[in-house]
Amino acid sequence: MTVLEVKNLNVAFHTESGRLEALKQVSFSVPANRSVGVVGESGCGKSTLINAILGLLADNGEITSGEIIFEGDQDLARLGPTAMRGLRGQSIATVFQDPMGALNPVLSVGRQMRDIQYRSGLSKRDKDARSVAMLRKVRIPDPESRLTQFPHEFSGGMKQRIAIAMALMMEPALLIADEPTTALDATLEVATIELLKDLQRDIGCSVLFISHHLGVIAELCDEMIVMYAGEVVESGTTREIFHDARHPYTQKLLACDPARLSQRVARLPTIAGTLPDLRRRPSGCVFQPRCDRADAQCLTTPPNAPIGGSHIAHCWHADVSLGAMSA
Amino acid sequence: MSEDLLRVSDLRVSFRVGGLSARLAGRATEIEAVSGVSFTLQRGSTFALVGESGSGKTTLARTLNGLQPVRAGTILFEGQELQGLSNAALKPVRRRMPMMFQDPVGSLSPRLSVRSLLSEPFVIHGLSDRDLSAEVTRLLALVGLPRDFADRYPHQLSGGQARRVGVARAIALDPVLVVADEPTAGLDVSVQGEVLNLLNDLRDRMGLSMLIITHNLHVVRQIADRMAVMYLGRFVEQGETEAIFRAPHHPYTAALLSANPEPDPDRVHQRITLPADVPSLLARPSGCEFHTRCPQAQRRCAVDVPAPVAVGNSRLTCHFPLNT
Repeated sequence: MTVLEVKNLNVAFHTESGRLEALKQVSFSVPANRSVGVVGESGCGKSTLINAILGLLADNGEITSGEIIFEGDQDLARLGPTAMRGLRGQSIATVFQDPMGALNPVLSVGRQMRDIQYRSGLSKRDKDARSVAMLRKVRIPDPESRLTQFPHEFSGGMKQRIAIAMALMMEPALLIADEPTTALDATLEVATIELLKDLQRDIGCSVLFISHHLGVIAELCDEMIVMYAGEVVESGTTREIFHDARHPYTQKLLACDPARLSQRVARLPTIAGTLPDLRRRPSGCVFQPRCDRADAQCLTTPPNAPIGGSHIAHCWHADVSLGAMSA
Repeated sequence: MSEDLLRVSDLRVSFRVGGLSARLAGRATEIEAVSGVSFTLQRGSTFALVGESGSGKTTLARTLNGLQPVRAGTILFEGQELQGLSNAALKPVRRRMPMMFQDPVGSLSPRLSVRSLLSEPFVIHGLSDRDLSAEVTRLLALVGLPRDFADRYPHQLSGGQARRVGVARAIALDPVLVVADEPTAGLDVSVQGEVLNLLNDLRDRMGLSMLIITHNLHVVRQIADRMAVMYLGRFVEQGETEAIFRAPHHPYTAALLSANPEPDPDRVHQRITLPADVPSLLARPSGCEFHTRCPQAQRRCAVDVPAPVAVGNSRLTCHFPLNT
């Protein structure tokens, strides 16, 4: 079953200097019990995508067309604010980048964990028991006594684990994680990924994981989509994309990651040029102004070229494999 | 040139914590954030500090710049002792050793244009008789930004562009040593490469030395000649970057290196997992302070404090070093 299916989603913002197309024809799906990664650099539309799914677009933004089908029957793009509020936190939960910002600094952790269970109808004692069980699941030592403590009494890694515990408390069908490990150190980052993997299996939810850290996506996700300037340029299984990326942007992005270099190089690879102005999208392929492979054909909209399996690259020249790159 | 530019010996920095009640209850009222750190930085080289948040990296960098009082130890910069210098006496030192702070956009005043931001170092150091507009143009060119960026404000810059302005401010007064706190944190990988290439270029062109704080180990490998790993305010291992990456000797260094996520879904990780709970500086563990999380710990580690030892070209504090 598919938990989330986004079909031809277009989102635009109305700004003083004109209409900005933030997402263009975005399509992908999140199957049940799977983790899907969204990769892309700042400004590629990752956050807009999450906000569109959660119904939290800013006032000047709107979904101009497309569908966001949740659990097969509800179209989130057309759901009213009340119905949407009923889903958020219950069926769709979120973990954000900054754990301190996600927790209320003046309320104890126990109080906050009790508050999110307001719809469960349980007694206070039962709610606290569930909180303790959840904190234990995210490996907070001595959870009973921790309930009375405040967020500032926990370390950064612990706060993020508490935020994860709170997100998973209502056993949502979909967890959206927006750069949850970016603020953490390498050892804690790895521990958090391992934890998310275990919890996902345990609770049986799907995860939509947003990150610009390629290594984290490679470790956590089964499938991934690569976004550039508001478009999905490539999608497939994590293995397909890391081993045989076909879109020139994905290839360049992977090559830029210093983690791929096993020794010191004189110059680190970069991607020449800058993101296009989304108020004036380039015609045809959105990456064409920065692409080495661009030719006359690229001035027309590229096809979704099937590479094999679920792997698709939105490119006229998707036949160029850089297999040697990963070797 | 292999002259010592900076020589730090047994540096200690502490902070007061708790109030009267803590003192009356006999609880610790001081934490030592930097605890007996010694290292030297040679002219023209790059030294990286790595370690978890809270390990004292930023405090150490701030102390070098005189932004944090020293409790004990010495800091010799270009042969001059910095400890105990007044703010006025530190001013010329800061001109030679500027600091780049974390957060590319946040470290620039939102109310100042790039032109003012780049003129400010000259004004502060009493050099406003120079042709400031020419200096601004020169600095923008050095960091690879178009000339018309002088009229922009920080919120009109991308993270990478703001970082370039930060670099331009740091190099404005021809420094010898740039202290950079997380110069690439929060930047995209392609932009991160640009910033690191820029820093490497400037180092070669201007003969700069750099002290870089980062928790991105891939960055360390690309930029630093030497590195030190901090844990609870101490250097647990320091040495040549390549040698440490090839064969870490301290178990903590080994765990850090093994925890580095790599972009290969099929990679079989031989991870050294550490218990997640970092001890508090208020209650430092006995013996080797890493023994509470160390996979190699033996009985002796909980009792004896390890003395610094040299293994190969590295110095470390461990009773049972790896890869020897």
